[in-house]
Amino acid sequence: MSAVTFNEGSLKDIMSHPDTVAATPEVPAIPRPTPFFATERGQALLEKLGNAFQAALPPVIGLILFVLLWQIVSTSGGDHGLPGPAKTWESAKVLFADPFYDNGPNDKGIGWNILHSLYRVGAGFGLAALIGIPLGFMIGRFRFLAGMTSPIISLLRPVSPLAWLPIGLYVFKETEPASLWVIFISSIWPIILNTAAGVSRVPQDYLNVARVLNLSELKIFTRILFPSVLPHLMTGIRLSMGVAWLVIVAAEMLTGGTGLGFWVWDEWNNLNVEHILIAIFIVGIVGLLLEQSLMLLAKRFNYE
Amino acid sequence: MHNYLHIENAKMVFDTKKGKFTALTDINLTVKQGEFIALIGHSGCGKSTLLNLVAGLTTPTDGILLLSEREIAGPGPERAVVFQNHSLLPWLTCFGNVYLAVERVFGAKENKAKLKERTQAALELVGLAHAMHKHPNEISGGMKQRVGIARALAMEPKVLLLDEPFGALDALTRAGLQDELMRIVQETHATTLMVTHDVDEAVLLSDRIVMMTNGPAATIGEILTVDLERPRDRLKLAENPHYHHLRGQVLEFLYQKHMKKAA
Repeated sequence: MSAVTFNEGSLKDIMSHPDTVAATPEVPAIPRPTPFFATERGQALLEKLGNAFQAALPPVIGLILFVLLWQIVSTSGGDHGLPGPAKTWESAKVLFADPFYDNGPNDKGIGWNILHSLYRVGAGFGLAALIGIPLGFMIGRFRFLAGMTSPIISLLRPVSPLAWLPIGLYVFKETEPASLWVIFISSIWPIILNTAAGVSRVPQDYLNVARVLNLSELKIFTRILFPSVLPHLMTGIRLSMGVAWLVIVAAEMLTGGTGLGFWVWDEWNNLNVEHILIAIFIVGIVGLLLEQSLMLLAKRFNYE
Repeated sequence: MHNYLHIENAKMVFDTKKGKFTALTDINLTVKQGEFIALIGHSGCGKSTLLNLVAGLTTPTDGILLLSEREIAGPGPERAVVFQNHSLLPWLTCFGNVYLAVERVFGAKENKAKLKERTQAALELVGLAHAMHKHPNEISGGMKQRVGIARALAMEPKVLLLDEPFGALDALTRAGLQDELMRIVQETHATTLMVTHDVDEAVLLSDRIVMMTNGPAATIGEILTVDLERPRDRLKLAENPHYHHLRGQVLEFLYQKHMKKAA
């Protein structure tokens, strides 16, 4: 509480008194600019920042807890426990300081290993898309073909990807095409199945339009079938890419040479556990980036 | 005006999981060129099935459908359909949707500039020149239905088939589109078949109202000739005793003679 209290009336009295007026010099009033955060734009920005903060809060807390848990696990293990976050971070800094060195076939920078894995996934997955998409269209369009292929697909789809590796090695006699083969065979199923499902689910309304217009098969494909299936196709591609990225690490562990999977196994043999942990993060982050970019692409083809 | 569309003893039986379902039976109808026919009846009476038969989207189990003395053997662009749910392709703009139809019908004999001109003209006819380059998800339901009508009209069809074209629209939009449709049909002299469940719409637009009995095995119950002068004005008709008499007759058929039992 202020010690001096006066009401508006008494203030007016003082102001209007002739003696007090002389004390105030005539200063031209400069219009003060409104503070930025009081303007409409400022308010909007504040609100946006607030929302962003609220959205970011739970993930950040989650990550902090995760790192804490990791620290607890690593310290409770004593001398032979898992490397902790700090130690792994230091190791990662060294590793990423020179990602593209090349000291012969078994000692390459982490960058090379990531690129090799990405290349294999790209090539194997590309082949799967090249064959899977047309096949999916045909299976979706012709019921007879769907009936023919359905038992084969049902039988082969649940097979663990790595079971295909010996077949690849036997047929191709080399590890590189064998690992591409594993990626190919494990990532082709989601593409085929989603494309086929998309084709068989093209709304009857659109097909009726095609029938009333009497469109040619080519026009039906380019103007109706393909655009209508595209969202399903994108889902298939996303799932396939996910599977391919899951499988690559395991395949490379077995085939060796280059790549993230090989690197993990190599570091296990060197008992460099920090590097294994780093590899796990890399696999996770790259997988996340692949998924997100495909999601972004899929959004582009969402018409509704 | 000669007999143009001819339906004789048409019967439609569907194979369903519960066995055979007779949707339509003994359908006999003759439509003159340039005539506007409304098909009215309670839901499930096979109005749309009959329309699909004329469109050629379904083939009758029995009976014959003739269009200028040739049997209707399948769908074709000379019988344009305006679908109930507009059925625009969402990945094409309004222009693209209409152009697809124009290109199909006139692409063989006309150049691109002419095709574009036709597309534009059709969209102008339904008052949508300004929304030409928008996608269907960017425009209102009434506008979508207008694009559907523009697509059908752009094909210069011999027969225009409308399947409850205004059913999903609010009353004001519907009235506007009905007036537009009346004007367009007057200009193009298209033979028109329209499925509707709106009595006012049927009386306002058509030359004859085909009233259908309830399904299963629905058939044509009565045909009412709407002998009101054209062009028709909905405001003047509101005070026209003959309009109310006709309207009353349709209502009597629907709600007294063929009241649908509440399911």
